[in-house]
Amino acid sequence: MQTNIKRRTFLKGSAASGIMGAAITAGLATPQALLAEWNEAAFKEKDLNAAIKAMIGSESSEESDKIHIKAPDIAENGGVVPVSITSDIEGTTDILILAPNNPVPMVAAFTLGEGAQAFARTNIKMGKTGDVVAVIKAGDKAYTAKKAVKVTIGGCGG
Amino acid sequence: MAKSSIKLRAKVKEDVVEVKALIKHPMESGNRKDKKTGEKIPAHFITEVVCEHGGKTRLSASLSGGVSKNPYISFKFKGGASGEPIKMSWKDNKGESDSVESNIK
Repeated sequence: MQTNIKRRTFLKGSAASGIMGAAITAGLATPQALLAEWNEAAFKEKDLNAAIKAMIGSESSEESDKIHIKAPDIAENGGVVPVSITSDIEGTTDILILAPNNPVPMVAAFTLGEGAQAFARTNIKMGKTGDVVAVIKAGDKAYTAKKAVKVTIGGCGG
Repeated sequence: MAKSSIKLRAKVKEDVVEVKALIKHPMESGNRKDKKTGEKIPAHFITEVVCEHGGKTRLSASLSGGVSKNPYISFKFKGGASGEPIKMSWKDNKGESDSVESNIK
């Protein structure tokens, strides 16, 4: 992909900008008021369904083939598993990424703002082989999809 | 401009702005142990990320320690044009924060 940022060089560049830079600019930043409240309950919950409920209030979610999860079949490094979620469900407002086998299943929750498309990508940690679960909130309904990711240790392949 | 912990890139392609961000942060989950001392490394991770453009919140994200070190976040939105400013901010569980402004390409 042409538009893709070369991640390696990107990382190298950001390594140079140290904690000091962060500390200096932190003083100028005034985003606190605009930031959404971090849902501590959802991020402490060990049970998958309870975590989903705590985050978006849905008791149950329906499996959907309109959710597309892009993640590797085999992740040689469980510390960095790239996951991208695309939803074709009309009215998608929230995208949750969960890893049920992690100590804390709720990994990330994206709330789409005005004009945002139903897509989110990030890198997650996976302690061991398991599913990556995506939950989409659309209206007052929740939809889900999952994809199995095999985590190998030491990169010996599978 | 002071160096920020956030690398923010936004690019328009067929009226969709693709935003890519890389944030320098340890993202310690609090579950890891120090190999030498055997003591738990305290949790230190970004809890919230917000991206604003044109006076609107385009994305707000809540993260956990389950997001990889130096988190990468990407999303897309409609309604942005080349040259317009875009801002991203983060806050972590220790109350530290940072933000950066960039222009859409």
